[in-house]
This record gives sequence, structure tokens and C-alpha cells, in this order.
Amino acid sequence: MPVFDQQETRKPPISQIGAVLWLKTNLFSSWINSILTFASLYLLYIMIPPLLNWMIFDASFSFGTINFFGFEIKFSEEMATNDNCGRVGACWPYIYEKLYMYTYGFYPRTETWRPNTVFALTGLLFVIVPLIKNYKYKNRVTLSLIILYPLISYVLIAGGFGLLTPVDTDQWGGLLLTLIIASVGIIVSFPIGVLLALGRQSNLKVIKLFSTLFIEFIRAVPLITILFMASFVLPLFLESGNYFDKLLRALIGIALFQAAYFAEVVRGGLQAIPRGQYEAADAIGLSYFQKNVLIILPQALKISIPNIVGSSISLFKDTTLVLIIGLFDMLAMVNLTSNDPYWLGRETEGFVFVTMVMWAILYTMSRYSRKLELRFNTENKN
Amino acid sequence: MSDNKTNIIEISELNKWYGDFHALKNINLDIKEGEIIVVCGPSGSGKSTLIRCVNFLEKFQEGSILVSGTELTDDAQKIRKIRSEVSMVFQHFNLFPHLTIVDNLTLAPIWVHNETKQEAREKALKLLDRVGIKDQAEKYPNQLSGGQQQRVAIARSLCTNPKIMLFDEPTSALDPEMISEVLDVMIELAREGITMICVTHEMGFARKVANRIIFMDDGQIVEENDPENFFNNAESERLQLFLNQILTH
Repeated sequence: MPVFDQQETRKPPISQIGAVLWLKTNLFSSWINSILTFASLYLLYIMIPPLLNWMIFDASFSFGTINFFGFEIKFSEEMATNDNCGRVGACWPYIYEKLYMYTYGFYPRTETWRPNTVFALTGLLFVIVPLIKNYKYKNRVTLSLIILYPLISYVLIAGGFGLLTPVDTDQWGGLLLTLIIASVGIIVSFPIGVLLALGRQSNLKVIKLFSTLFIEFIRAVPLITILFMASFVLPLFLESGNYFDKLLRALIGIALFQAAYFAEVVRGGLQAIPRGQYEAADAIGLSYFQKNVLIILPQALKISIPNIVGSSISLFKDTTLVLIIGLFDMLAMVNLTSNDPYWLGRETEGFVFVTMVMWAILYTMSRYSRKLELRFNTENKN
Repeated sequence: MSDNKTNIIEISELNKWYGDFHALKNINLDIKEGEIIVVCGPSGSGKSTLIRCVNFLEKFQEGSILVSGTELTDDAQKIRKIRSEVSMVFQHFNLFPHLTIVDNLTLAPIWVHNETKQEAREKALKLLDRVGIKDQAEKYPNQLSGGQQQRVAIARSLCTNPKIMLFDEPTSALDPEMISEVLDVMIELAREGITMICVTHEMGFARKVANRIIFMDDGQIVEENDPENFFNNAESERLQLFLNQILTH
């Protein structure tokens, strides 16, 4: 009769845990992967050092003395000029010099606090929204935020109404304009897109036909064409008195364009909802409107979050096309500022800077969407 | 069964086609208030289609259905009125996965029957208690077992105080050990006098509570009888064959 022997609890073999396992499964799982790993390492080796040299080690940081929220930070005796900045590395003082243009465009320098307040409010919004999840009056708070935030932002930036000096849309530019176009484009187009998606699934033939035609037409046309139409062709049809704002026309074009894309993304989500959900909603007596708002859309939109954000990120990048119709967004500022006779030949710095800012914003957006996904994921919560 | 009760459902000359396929052929069926009807038959015989016509989840092309005096037509207002009196339990539960159990129950009372949140919630908790899962009220459907989900679905369909309940193979998607917990709830309901039409293959259940059993095949009602005669004196060959197949195990 064998005697039961208490086994010691042991750690797994060294090849099954930690860095060794990770390297083995991710980088050296087969000889092809091993070759690819070494090739990639070599590529990084020939690319990274020159880039770092240009951006940091050979670059000029002679900003002079910077006033940072009341603190005097001294980088050098005086600010570098184009001539003594050098051509081997980046000339970051140029970016510093043009930072205002990159951020606000031609916005009056005396009124900077207005866009700044809007930036701060936007930041605050991202902090507040996750906090209202379990708050008692969350519906009321959300609703008032949805109405108040765009209103306050518009009044602050555009001025007028006898409160603030009006600032013409021609003077808006840089990152401010990029953010305005992208956020207005996304926010306005989203409800239109949802309606179009529902329309395309509708049993009413006319609505279905209209939605399908609209979506397919817009998706078959490049954004540039739509911007051109909105900017140059549309005014030809309007009486000269009705010639409305160039930015507004661009925004309408972008919103309609994006709505078609959102519609297709949301349609994908709608199709993933099982028939049983529609039947159960019908069977308990909900109306068409209640069924969609209470049952179908919450589930469909949740599934669509990654694609909605993906589509939004595309739009954000596409906003740089407005440069073609004479609106000066952040990317347009690269060309504009490098035409400054005192700072000739500094496009590279401009492009690298704009790339970094864009990346920071879009990467944040993509992380934020991941968080939203996890927060709304009730289906598989255990 | 007492004959002095009024008909709550009157189906006459009902015909339905899916494209070219003739799914229901000339169905005539009257159901009295408080009656328990079990519908059985081989798959594809039209039994689900029949009960789905009663709350207009399926449109039909010919014939008429009267539910407590209201005739089913395309009129959205009428359909909603009928659906508020007829509730349905599905084979695959069809709970709303994005809402908690108690929110699943209060949805229709709040949005269709204009009850206050407080009232609806109290009633929902009472019903959950009755089907034995009050402690799961704040969970989400996917955290529950199949049997529990189906009991929630039954509670959800009771929330609107329906006059008629339709059961569309409520136990077919369940693991064998969970079937009895759902049947127990249904048996209890049957004894309370609610009108029920159940599509099911649970012959034990049929024998125990049904007033009438209807056998369908090929889109027609082949035979209908009380349980006693249905099981012991089957007239048609088709039914005898069917009973042999499902009762010999």
C-alpha cells in the first residue's frame, strides 16, 4: 500500500516565467522571428542615434530667459537667432518664438485668456466626466454639460453679444482651430451618423433609400472635394448677400462627411445586436423610439466605441486639409511661419513639433477610448 | 372546464407565408380566459410561428386574431395595447445584457405603463422574490445561470400584469438540471389563473397543468384534446408516431 506523500509547492522552471519566457515567446519563437528581431534592432540602431542627436544633443535650447508662470527660468544669455542657431541640430528657439502662432494663429494677443479658458474647461471636462458615473443627478449634470460647454466655449472664442470684443473667424488659427474643427466635426456629425445608421436599417423605404444614397455618395467622394465644394462652389449658388462664414461652410462639409463614416461604424454595431433583443423590446411594448434609445443603441454604441474613436482620430488628422481652402490650422502654420525672413529654412523643426503635438493628442484619445470601453463593459463583468 | 367564460383569444382562418413557404394553414383556435394551452409538434411545424402571431412579432397575410376583443392590425397603437396585455418568454431568455436584473424588470412598467421608479422597483423585487432570485437583483444577466436567467425573464414578463402569457420553448436552451426550477415557476403561475400558451416538449408539464394540448404538424392543427385523451387515445397516426418518439425514453 503506497503511502500518501505531501508534495512541496515549487516555483515553475526558470524557462517558464519572467523575462526568459517573454523573450522566447515574443522575439525568438522561430528562426524567422529571430532574424526579424535582429533586423529590427539593427534598424533602430541606425535610426535612433541620429534622431536623438538632431533633436537633443546637437539641438539649440538657447531660449534666453523664459517667464514660466511667474518663475524666471534662464536657459541662456539671450535668445538664439536663425544664424547662430546652427544647422546640424534642431533650432527649438524658433518653435518657442512661433509658439503663439502654432497655438492661436492670428488671435489678438490681448485676448489670449479666452482660448486659454476654453482649453482649461476642456481639460476639466475630461476630469469631470468619469466622476459623474454614480452621481445622483448624473443625467441632469450630463445634459447641462452638453448644452453649456459648447455655448460657453463659443461665446468665449468668438466674442460679441456685447460682452467681449468680437474676434473674426479669419483670426482663429493654429492648434485652437484644429481642435475647434475636429471637436465640432465629431460632436455635430455623431448624432447625424446615428440617425443615418438607423435610417439605413429602417423599414420605411424612402428613409432607407435616402440614408443609403447619402452615405454611399459621401463615402465615394474625397474630403478635399467636399471642402472645395463647400468653400468655392457653394457661394456661387448663393446670392452675394447670403455669403456666410468660410469656417462655418468648412465645418458643415466636414460634419456631413464624418456623419457618413459614423453611420457605417454604428451600423456595424447595430448588426451585431441579436434579433432577440429587438423582439424582447417589441414584446414588452416599447415604441420604436424607446426600443432604440433604451435597448439597441446603448449596446450597439458600446460595441462601436473602438471604431468610433478610430474614425474620430482619422477625422482629426484630416482636418489638416483645411489648409487647402485657406484656413490656417496647426499644420498650415509650419509653412506660414517658415516664410518669416528672420527664420528661413526651419520647416523641419515645425513638422517635427506638429507631429509630436498631434501624437500626444491622438494617443491620449486612443487611451481614453480604451478606458471608456472597460467602463461600459457590463456584459462580461464577473 | 367551465364554458361560461369568455374567449380571450380568437384565431380564425389564419394563414401565414414566409416567402413561398406556407407556414400556417387555416388555423382556427379559441382560447378562454384562464386556460392553459400546451402546443407541441415536430420542429418546423409552425408552433412558434403561431404564438408569435398572437403578439404580432410575426405578420400574417390572411385571417384574423382577436386578443381580448381587439383585432390585430398594422396599427402601431393597437399593437402596443395588445403587447401591454400579452407578454412573452423566449427560448433564449433575451434579457437586456446592459441593464441590471432589476432594471430589466422595471423597464416596461416605467416606460410603457408610466409607473414611478419607486413603485416599479418594489413590484420588481417582489416578483424576483417569488421566482427565488431576489438576492441577484443588482447583478447583470450574464452573471446568472441559464435557469436563473429564464426565471428573471418570467418575472420580467409578469411585471406588466399581463392577462396572457406566451412561452416559446422556455426550457429548450437550458441544461437538464435547470429545467425543473423553471417548470416549477410555470406550474405555480398556471395555478394562479393566468391564461397561458406554452410551446414546449415537456410532456410531464403538459400532463400536469394543461387544459388542452394542441398537436401541430406541417402548419396545421392536427389534433387537440384534454391531456387524458391526448396521451391515451391519440386519433391520428401522426400524433401516435410523435408520442412514441418522445415518450419511449
